[in-house]
Order: sequence, then C-alpha cells, then structure tokens
Amino acid sequence: MSMPDTYLHYPARRYGMDHERYEWSDLFQRKPIVWPNGARIALSVVTHVQHFPLDMPAKPFKAPGALMMPYPDFRYYTNRDYGNRLGVFRILKVLAEKGLHTSFALNAVVAERYPALLKAIVDAGHEIVAHGYDMGKVHHSGLTLEAESALIDQSLTLLRQKSGQAVSGWLSPGRAQSFNTPDLLAAHAVSYCFDWANDDLPYAMVTDQGSLVSMPLAYETDDRVVADEYFHSEPEWVQQIKDRFDVLYRETETYGGRVMSLPLHSWVSGMPYRVAYLREVLDYILSHQGVWTAPSHEIVAAYQAQV
Amino acid sequence: MAGEDQTLRSDLGLYDYLPWPNRPKITWPGNKKLAVWIAPNIEFYEYDPPDNPTRKPWARPNPDVLQYSHRDYGNRAGWQRMMAAMDAAGFRGSVSLNVALCEHHPEIIKACADRGWEFFSHGIYNTRYVYNLDIEQERAIIRDAFETVRNHTGQELAGWLSPALSNNFWTMDILSEAGIQYTCDMFHDDQPMPVHVKTGKLISMPYSLEMNDVIVYNTQKVTPRHYAEIIKRQFDQLYKDADDSGMVMCIPLHPYLVGQPHRIEAFAEAISYISGHEGVWQTTGREIAQAYHASGAYDAMKKAIASHQDEWGTR
Repeated sequence: MSMPDTYLHYPARRYGMDHERYEWSDLFQRKPIVWPNGARIALSVVTHVQHFPLDMPAKPFKAPGALMMPYPDFRYYTNRDYGNRLGVFRILKVLAEKGLHTSFALNAVVAERYPALLKAIVDAGHEIVAHGYDMGKVHHSGLTLEAESALIDQSLTLLRQKSGQAVSGWLSPGRAQSFNTPDLLAAHAVSYCFDWANDDLPYAMVTDQGSLVSMPLAYETDDRVVADEYFHSEPEWVQQIKDRFDVLYRETETYGGRVMSLPLHSWVSGMPYRVAYLREVLDYILSHQGVWTAPSHEIVAAYQAQV
Repeated sequence: MAGEDQTLRSDLGLYDYLPWPNRPKITWPGNKKLAVWIAPNIEFYEYDPPDNPTRKPWARPNPDVLQYSHRDYGNRAGWQRMMAAMDAAGFRGSVSLNVALCEHHPEIIKACADRGWEFFSHGIYNTRYVYNLDIEQERAIIRDAFETVRNHTGQELAGWLSPALSNNFWTMDILSEAGIQYTCDMFHDDQPMPVHVKTGKLISMPYSLEMNDVIVYNTQKVTPRHYAEIIKRQFDQLYKDADDSGMVMCIPLHPYLVGQPHRIEAFAEAISYISGHEGVWQTTGREIAQAYHASGAYDAMKKAIASHQDEWGTR
C-alpha cells in the first residue's frame, strides 16, 4: 500500500477556514450582543420530538438514538415512541409551570402521525423547528441535490401546513449535513439551523441562496449525549448544566450576551425518573437576573438586529 | 507500510527496560521535584480531507459537520478559556500544533507566542496520517513542519507528537535525524528516557494518555469535575514520588473539550492546585529536554541501562 503524493497536497491551507461556509471569528473579540431588556443570557430550550422508523437504513450511517437490535426491533422502536406518547407531555408541563415559550424540533412525519401532539405543542405557544423528515432519513453527500432538496421541501411543507407557523428553523436528523445542505435550507426559506456545534452565539453562514444563521446547540450537555454516550447520571447532568450556565453567565459581564442552549429529548428527559432534574436545572437558571427565555427564532431575530 | 519489512513485530524495539528502583537521580533546575508541563493540542481537522486506507478521517461521509464543528469550537471559543485558566495558574503551554493552523489561525499562534509558549509539531493536519506513506513522504512532512513553525514563530521545533498518534517504524529515526529532541508518542514512563535512533539523542518525553482530556472525557467517560480530581490525585502521588528523583507530569489538552463552559472551571481549579506547590517546576517540553541532557541524566540513564542489561544478561 502506498499513497500518492497528492496526499501531501493541501489545497485549502490558507487564512481562515478550509471551506466557504463561514468566516473564522473569535468569540471573545466580537462586538457585545445585548438581548432584549438588557438580558445577559438567551436561554434556548430545544426539545427533540423524533420518530425512528422500524425499517430505518444502516447506510451510510444511523443517526444517534437509532434502533440497535435485529429487525424487528420492538425494544428501541417503542422506547423512542414513549417520548411522543408521554415523555413530551411531562416536558410540556414543566415548561408551562415556568411560563416558558421555547422551541420543539419535530421530525416532520410526527406532524402526520400524531397531529394531536403537534397541536398541543403549538397551542402551548412553542415554536416548531423542522427536524428533517424522520430519523431514518439522514442528510449526507451521497444524496443528489434534487433528492435532498425534495426531502427538505417535503419536511418543511408538512410542518408548515400542519402547524400554521412559518417554520424558519432547521435541525438535521443526527445534525448531519451534505455539502449542499446550507444552500438548500436557505433556498427553502429556512433562516437558521442548529447543526453546527462550534459557538456560543449565533453567527452568519454563507450560502449561494441568501442568509442563514447558525444557532448554538450544546453538543456535550445534550440530555441524550450525557445519558447515552457519556453514561453520566442525572445529577451529573444537572451539575454540568449548572457549571455551563455559570461560566457563560460570568462571561456576559465582560463580553456581552451569550446563548445558553438546553437540548432535550422527549424520550430522555421526559422519563419519569428524569423530569425532576429538568425542573431543577430550569429553576437554577431562571433564579438568575437577566435570563431571557425565548423561542429560537426570536433569539436569532434579536441577534440579527444587532449585526 | 510502503518499502518496509511487512513482518509483524512483537516489540517496538525503541527503548530498553529499566525498572524504577535504583535509577540515577534526576535533578531539575532550582532543585524542583516535579516538572509539570501542559500540552494543548491546538488542532485543525479538515472539512473535506482525503481518505487514508488505514484510517478514515471522519466516521460519516465528508463533510461530517457535527464532528468538524465540534473540533472547530476549540479554535473559536475553547482556546481562550483554556489559555485564561493557564494564565491564572502561571502555566505556559507547549503547543502540540497541527502546523497548518499557522496559516489558518495566525491570531491563535500569536496569542501563544506572545506568552512565550513553545510550539512542537503534531503534523500538518489532524486528518492526515503517516500510515502508508513512504519514508521520503514522511520526511517531507517533517520538513514542512520545521519550515512552517520557523516561518511563523521563529522557533526551531524540538518536540513531536505524530498526527493522531499515527507512526511508522522509521518515524523516530527520521525525527531525530531532522533535529527533533523529544517524542511524545510513547507512554511507558514518568521520566524522560533515551530512544533507540540511528542518529542523535532522541528522548521519550512523558506525555500521558491517562491525563489527556480526550481520553479521560471521551474514552473513559469521566465527568468534568472528576477529571479535576484525577489530575489532582495524579499530581499528589507524583509529587511524593519525586522526593528522591525528578519526575515529569504532563497534562495534554484539547481546547475543543476542556475549553467547554461546563468543563473549564473544574480544570482551572485543578491546575491552580498544582501551581500552589513549591516543589513544582512549571515548564515546557523543550526545557525539560534541555535540562535532562544538561544535567547529565541522559548519559547516566544510558549507563544504567547498560549495567542493568549486563547484570541480568538481557543485552
């Protein structure tokens, strides 16, 4: 086995990023952001509401949370579906207790399968974010431009029609994109997406179809990642959320507003033994002065008004 | 590996056994007991790297935007928090550098250089491995690294950590031949030790997998606060062990991990704990290598190894 000399060629070795999707920017050198009413932290709660098809394909890769047992996998199919039947309603109840309007990222097929669930989320005043079609349809560069465009169109059309909302936010299943995804999102009137895990503030992406904002979504303190990838306990998740909040909150004294994102999954935090810990982290965060909780599109709008 | 004997080897053959008891005494500058150095891996992972048959750069097809952007967090946000924690505890860094970062993010290089941090090489990109390269191709990478770091920082490379810990059997020879003084790729000791090379006096510098944030957080699945506990316990034991002879503790870091808001405070507290001890030499890889040679420790270890082999008939 040998490698061609082209393996030592680096065509994108230059100032800034090695792609055209966004410019490098130092979080600590930006013009400070001020959230509405002088808030220091914009709290973005994003609850994932997902459908894992029994026949989800293994190629080119499975989205996290995917069914793992031999077909037909009763075990994980039903465990994930628990979130849509009960778990999500526990989360909705906690959010209502706190009077919070937040974002719910729905696989589009959920709108078709469970219209009552969609209505409950919308009626409670939450924003619907498009979370692709279902967890078996991941976006990747093996898709043709046309096929991916159709997938995005199908997902957005379904959610927009059924929710009556503009649906301007996007979260890809598994946070996976192709080279074309940002262009296609912008072309379909999506104004922000959650897939990129590289910042604690929104930032502008570059597409050939107009503007797109990248919104922060914490990767390593996501409830599913902490529970199913790190295998940390619920109190340890709480500690990490509090520690994360404390550092971001302290930074706002010097560097301006930050986004504290709280990704939740209806089949994780909606479990009976977990939901009290969600209440605990929200109580902790909301006990601080200057925390503004809002649906993510409002956070994006507040950011865009200042840059 | 191209051009190399394909027979599998049962031993690296790069260093000799020398048990801990009765080793020659190592004396660090200022009679400090324990040399502590921090090695931030400041890395650049490519958006669309070429495949290497031995290892795919990303688990998903390019672009793996979640993993790519997670790494990129280190260069947009995490490095600043990590650097502030190190400043507060009085630590300089020895940067394990993907040298292309000199071109991509000169701002980060400047901030490190302004603090008197050392740069050592961690290859060109963390998505380019030396697997399946021939020796001349690997020499070209080493030359590129020397030139890039010299042009951007004025420093001559002294240390090397292979990109993503990929190696060939000749790697140590050609590093030493190019002027590298220490390698971080072997984890067999808490003291620097001679490495068998055809030319030069290469040493193996204690670097540690066990203190490496990527291993502790992501392989061992340790919580951020427990990582701080591990660091302090490792330090406490090594500090005691170093009563008799100088030892080395390294903390390898990745700003995309330790620089996350939910992790940085526990880490900052742990390294402040270390710097609060009088017998600690807060230093760099380069300075440890220099002191090891200047104090005669290298020659003394070589002699001790020869005596051990004579005594036990293992030469």
